[in-house]
Amino acid sequence: MRWGLFFFLAPVVLWLFVLIVLPHTDLLIMSLRYEDFDGNVTWSLNNYLSFFKEPIYWLTFVRTALYSILVTFLTFVIALPVAFYITKVVNPRYQGFLLVLLLLPFWVSELVRVYGWMILLRESGVINHFLLKAGILNQPIEMLYRDSTMILGLVYTSMLFMVVPIVSVLDSLDDSLIEAAYDLGANMWTILFKIIIPHATPGIMSGSIVVFMLTLGNYLTPNLMGGKNSLWFTEQIYNQFIASFNWNQGSAFGFLLLVLSSIVVWLGLKLTRQNLKKVVQ
Amino acid sequence: MIRTLPTSKTYSRCFKLYVVLYFVFLFAPLLVTCVLAFNDSQFPSLPWKGFTLEWFTADLPQRVGIFHDQINLDSIWVSFRVAFFVTLLSLTVGTCAAFLFEQEDFRFKQGLYFLMLAPLVIPGVILGISILLFSNTLGTHFEESWKIDVELFRPGFWLVVLGQFSFIATLVTLVVSARLRKFDRTLEEAAMNLGANRLEVIWHITLKFLRPALIGAGAVAFLMSFENFNTTLFLVGYQATLPINLYLQVRDGSTPVINAISFLMIVGTSLLALVNLYFSRKGEST
Repeated sequence: MRWGLFFFLAPVVLWLFVLIVLPHTDLLIMSLRYEDFDGNVTWSLNNYLSFFKEPIYWLTFVRTALYSILVTFLTFVIALPVAFYITKVVNPRYQGFLLVLLLLPFWVSELVRVYGWMILLRESGVINHFLLKAGILNQPIEMLYRDSTMILGLVYTSMLFMVVPIVSVLDSLDDSLIEAAYDLGANMWTILFKIIIPHATPGIMSGSIVVFMLTLGNYLTPNLMGGKNSLWFTEQIYNQFIASFNWNQGSAFGFLLLVLSSIVVWLGLKLTRQNLKKVVQ
Repeated sequence: MIRTLPTSKTYSRCFKLYVVLYFVFLFAPLLVTCVLAFNDSQFPSLPWKGFTLEWFTADLPQRVGIFHDQINLDSIWVSFRVAFFVTLLSLTVGTCAAFLFEQEDFRFKQGLYFLMLAPLVIPGVILGISILLFSNTLGTHFEESWKIDVELFRPGFWLVVLGQFSFIATLVTLVVSARLRKFDRTLEEAAMNLGANRLEVIWHITLKFLRPALIGAGAVAFLMSFENFNTTLFLVGYQATLPINLYLQVRDGSTPVINAISFLMIVGTSLLALVNLYFSRKGEST
């Protein structure tokens, strides 16, 4: 029986150690190495210190984190009614069809989706064209390259990861609970806050964790929709690696982002008393 | 509120309107991209100047359709090759991992399981830079110690394959594990009683049972690889994959050729999505 264990274990261990454990250890080591002006490389915390000394670095970090929270919240607010409609309101005959329709756009490459928004929103874009034709605008306005556009793009990109878990928890909510509350005279808001949201919390939490994490680590959407001064933290990492070729500094940034993302995932799991194993299933 | 409860007309109308608007929001960018692929204009924008297929088929000095656009065609081919190897590799290793975590027992199993889940919570950008760093460290080491220049350690085709494989294998593991958990292990015992060895059991019985999950996971793996941007960005060499190539074009202005490519991608992925849906339904019903 043991050869079977070895047969399965070897490729898995190889995969996890060569591609996950060792590279991330290397990332940590690189972030603790510092090259001074004479080209001597020493152990040092300089890369982390310069993160705190330069306001542009830590401000971008904080900005990215705060915007990611905002994106997560907006995604939740938009997704909840849709999930509720599909699970509880619409005629069950259309339920499957609507679910497929809901998932379909997210199979398409993120790049294509962002490109679609760029065609819609830019100065010569489709929305401007219609607004001009309708006489609402006299001259086209640039809707792209703003923070609000970037947030729109990020919400759009992460929508799926919020809708799907909420749909699956609402599916298990017994309709008779809502009926009972209604019979006892509860209004819509009471039902929403006392029954629907408490029941959906596990789904909302796992959705939020995934959305937050993906938003934090997104490069494409902030870069293309946020314009030149969008300053997303992944762009700082990219700049350090590819533009400045300062790999030590870039590693420090990368490690900080990894730590932030891990802390949020861990906190989210702790708060809802779930474990990673359950959430991924 | 819900189906069984009475609601006011305005309320249900508003709710319906909201959901309709949501679907418009969801599909508007894709629809516009597709429609403008057929517009007879030099730019991907309105006004509508008439229907044309030239952004697909033309080979004129001022207008080169996608079927004659060598750079884009090359990058599509690169993406296909990357996706093929990533799918092959992650299906193999992911299936091994599923067997390992579902059917075997060993020390540190729990720890290894969490390690296997880790790629899900590591941002793709970080995965990209770590693998870039590590391969560079290895490359430098090989060159300084043994004076060997290993092609694999430099950004390029195989590094992209490995980088994408590192997290796609986790997804495959999860999908295959879920299916394997439903497997009735008495079937294995029966086969073994009839004289089959473990390998024969896995090959003839368990893998047959897993087939829908393997096809579904393969489709997802292929698509994830084909569309990956974040991890690939740091590992790519001179052979750009399609998303990287499109990104560079979109950043520096765009032509309707990008719409044409997007149209082909939307049609292709929708078909793949439906195939996957069909097989996952089939997997559930058996």
